[in-house]
Amino acid sequence: MNDLTPPPPSLGCRTSPVLKQRGQREVFCGLTGIIWLHRKIQDAFFLVVGSRTCAHLLQSAAGVMIFAEPRFGTAILEESDLAGLNDAHTELDREVARLLARRPDIRQLFLVGSCPSEVIKLDLSRAAERLTQQFAPKVRVLEYSGSGIETTFTQGEDACLASMVPVLPDTDACELLVVGALPDVVEDQMLGLLEAMGIGPVRVLPARNIDSEMGIGKNTVYALTQPFLSDTHAALERRGAKHIQAPFPLGEEGTTAWLRAVATEFGVDAATFEEVTQAPRRRARQAVAAAAETLRDKTVFFFPDSQLEIPLARFLARECGMTALEVGSPYIHDALHGPDLDLLPTGPQISEGQDVDLQLDRCRAARPDLTVCGLGLANPLEAEGLSTKWAIELVFTPVHFYEQAGDLAALFARPLRRKGILEAAE
Amino acid sequence: MKLTVWTYEGPTHVGAMRVATGMTGLHYVLHAPQGDTYADLLFTMIERRDHRPPVTYTTFQARDLGSDTAGLFKKACQEAYERFKPEAMIVGASCTAELIQDDPGGLAETMDLPIPVIPLELPSYQRKENFGADETFLQIVRHLAKPMEKTARVSCNILGPTALGFRHRDDVQEITNLLYEMGIEVNVTGPMGASPSDIAKMAQAHFNVLLYPETGESAARYCEKTFGQPYTKVIPIGVGATRDFIEEVRALSGSTAPISEDRNRQTWWSRSVDSTYLTGKRVFIFGDGTHVAAAARFARDEMGFEVAGMGCYNREYARPIRALAKEYGLEALITDDYLEVEQTIEELQPEMILGTQMERHIGKRLGIPCAVISAPVHVQDFPARYSPQMGFEGANVLFDTWVHPLVMGLEEHLLHMFREDFEFNDAAGPSHHGGHAPAASVSGRDAPVSLESKMKPEPVPNASGAQIIWLETAEKELKKIPFFVRGKARRNTETYAAEKGLGEISIDTLYDAKAHYAR
Repeated sequence: MNDLTPPPPSLGCRTSPVLKQRGQREVFCGLTGIIWLHRKIQDAFFLVVGSRTCAHLLQSAAGVMIFAEPRFGTAILEESDLAGLNDAHTELDREVARLLARRPDIRQLFLVGSCPSEVIKLDLSRAAERLTQQFAPKVRVLEYSGSGIETTFTQGEDACLASMVPVLPDTDACELLVVGALPDVVEDQMLGLLEAMGIGPVRVLPARNIDSEMGIGKNTVYALTQPFLSDTHAALERRGAKHIQAPFPLGEEGTTAWLRAVATEFGVDAATFEEVTQAPRRRARQAVAAAAETLRDKTVFFFPDSQLEIPLARFLARECGMTALEVGSPYIHDALHGPDLDLLPTGPQISEGQDVDLQLDRCRAARPDLTVCGLGLANPLEAEGLSTKWAIELVFTPVHFYEQAGDLAALFARPLRRKGILEAAE
Repeated sequence: MKLTVWTYEGPTHVGAMRVATGMTGLHYVLHAPQGDTYADLLFTMIERRDHRPPVTYTTFQARDLGSDTAGLFKKACQEAYERFKPEAMIVGASCTAELIQDDPGGLAETMDLPIPVIPLELPSYQRKENFGADETFLQIVRHLAKPMEKTARVSCNILGPTALGFRHRDDVQEITNLLYEMGIEVNVTGPMGASPSDIAKMAQAHFNVLLYPETGESAARYCEKTFGQPYTKVIPIGVGATRDFIEEVRALSGSTAPISEDRNRQTWWSRSVDSTYLTGKRVFIFGDGTHVAAAARFARDEMGFEVAGMGCYNREYARPIRALAKEYGLEALITDDYLEVEQTIEELQPEMILGTQMERHIGKRLGIPCAVISAPVHVQDFPARYSPQMGFEGANVLFDTWVHPLVMGLEEHLLHMFREDFEFNDAAGPSHHGGHAPAASVSGRDAPVSLESKMKPEPVPNASGAQIIWLETAEKELKKIPFFVRGKARRNTETYAAEKGLGEISIDTLYDAKAHYAR
């Protein structure tokens, strides 16, 4: 079955020394997750309690403004709210009541904490409790922090999902729970594969709406599809659920390993596994091979952004023939990232956290063929002659599981192909 | 607390960033939490800048709050100085840092850096982006500009342009050329393009040309008071305003050089017969105060449009825009609430919107064409080609840009005549915008129907309070009216019916109303 998959490297990166620096971080805060979460959870509204900066971030990170009225907004704190916290609570109640009256389709409201709301110690958990009592059973009000002082970028999704875990009902059912927001098309593909192996019913967190939510208990087993869900992971363990450790389902190898871990847990026999995965594996390899022609023997340097960096480096190294020079991640958790680090051949500098000026110095010295970085750095590095891939696109594009493996490789190949075309014509 | 979906202006420190990023040799140390670095992408992505903004963020986290955020700030300041070796620094706080009250200005002062360090006080919970830019530029000028002798030849400074400004790059070029034609040298252009040492010699100029009052007026006033430099009040957007601007500059400079209007094509383009169809097009104008005032004049006097409504999002300009609207027989809409602007547009049903990127989205939603005249900006507001708004070339650009979204003369008539043609119908939109509208099929008229349903107002009660009902035949007739006037026709007919106390609308009511509102 492993005919085409290379064996794991004799020495992976799990025990490689990690460079830890702190200084200026060129990353988004956790509020950014709202951009995709508000589309994924269709009956939810995300109300940021914050400043004009928070509203401006959401608008700028969304890039283009979304055509329909978005299911998020910012309650902007004003001078008077800072003076008295009781007044701020009253104001919040008023804004929420007005919002819910205008949007009767909203069933779940997330109050999202921000840097200013946390610094002034505006207690949103108290507000959520109070508002839940007021609007139950029609609307459930939860709160989490998306603030920059607590979270980076994708940790916002983690905080959101973690806030949902304690309110899910208890169950004794032995069910699989798949955790992580995936585009609907990818989620359906995944459910199709699991169903074909006879695994079911499968529950998904976040569910598309509140009515399709699931219970959790000691017999729940869960697998993560995103590498940034460490708080959710901890919250699920607290509920007694069991974690299936696996590499993340990015690329053919990652997807196969992830599915195999789940299949093993549910006692799927080898023949069934082979039958279900054979065709999509072949397609994934074929699609990746096309893009890998551009990527083979090229070097790649990751700035920390989404915590997807380690599994992506593993994919680029093992399936696309690239050499990773530095793999930076905002945070590294052994329980989550360990299986991918095992597969990543030793060599790259693994780094956690960031001092962006020092990291830029390293990047310029290394002259990688491809630099994966945030939007603030991409054009300046391009102007210095370094090809870049915007990291945020990896979060906003369907990249997980077999049928997207080729698209994932193509995302990295496109900047290099483009450079080739333009330079050849010069 | 105020619920906001989209904002017209960013926070004050983004205004300060627009000043710092436009300048050279200046560095901004911003006391700010992790995440505020998002603002870099405004400049590197929207404006496609090839350098990072010259901003160092202290990036404090929750665990720092109990300990030493002040130390973190001083460390960031020191490292920024050593790495970037700027001629001067500005220091300040973002909204969160303002709450922890570390006093960046005071801290930086104790460090004895060998360069000017300018503290910024930008109240994040009261003011917004334009104020931040205006105040930052004022402080830079106050700290750096020194009294100096005037230049031997008559010269001026150009004040106001910043990074991320709407067409600032090209406006500055156009006006610099115009001044050069008049025999006037430009001493310093700032903040965009100036270094701290340029700012130091601003007092050499004889007068100031203020292009963007939103971001440069405080500095212009300061220079008037301190260095005796008068400043221009006319914003040269449109042919008429450009001529007025030239007269104003002549009065300030004594220049008598003749100015060629060879490049002004706009005046003839507006008079050529093809432009007849522009006559009386009802436009709604919204943006920053300065661009709205200029656009209103150009729209009415040089394009022959009817200004159906106007307003601005920056409250600092509420008074002049209210007064101006009165001159146009209108009441100004002063708000930064996007939903309120959308509602007003929906009620007015203009034939075109002259607005910002926000109104472009409103226009898309309501099926009303829109041309962008003001910030807030989007990547497409930074075209590769030369595309000023000011001066004679600016007037040419305005003509092209404002006409482009419209259905043109004869096409408009053809749409009236053959409204059921399956390829060439109103749902397809202007024919020179291929691909914008969904393909129409013989059976499906999806696009107009969905537009219609979005625009369809609540049933209107008539004078006696009963609801007015559209008869099926009248509803069908309404559908034959092209989509870009259908909303207005519906509203006019309902208003007419309500006034007449009618309970239902027939084909006759529809045409009675048409005659009633004919112009």
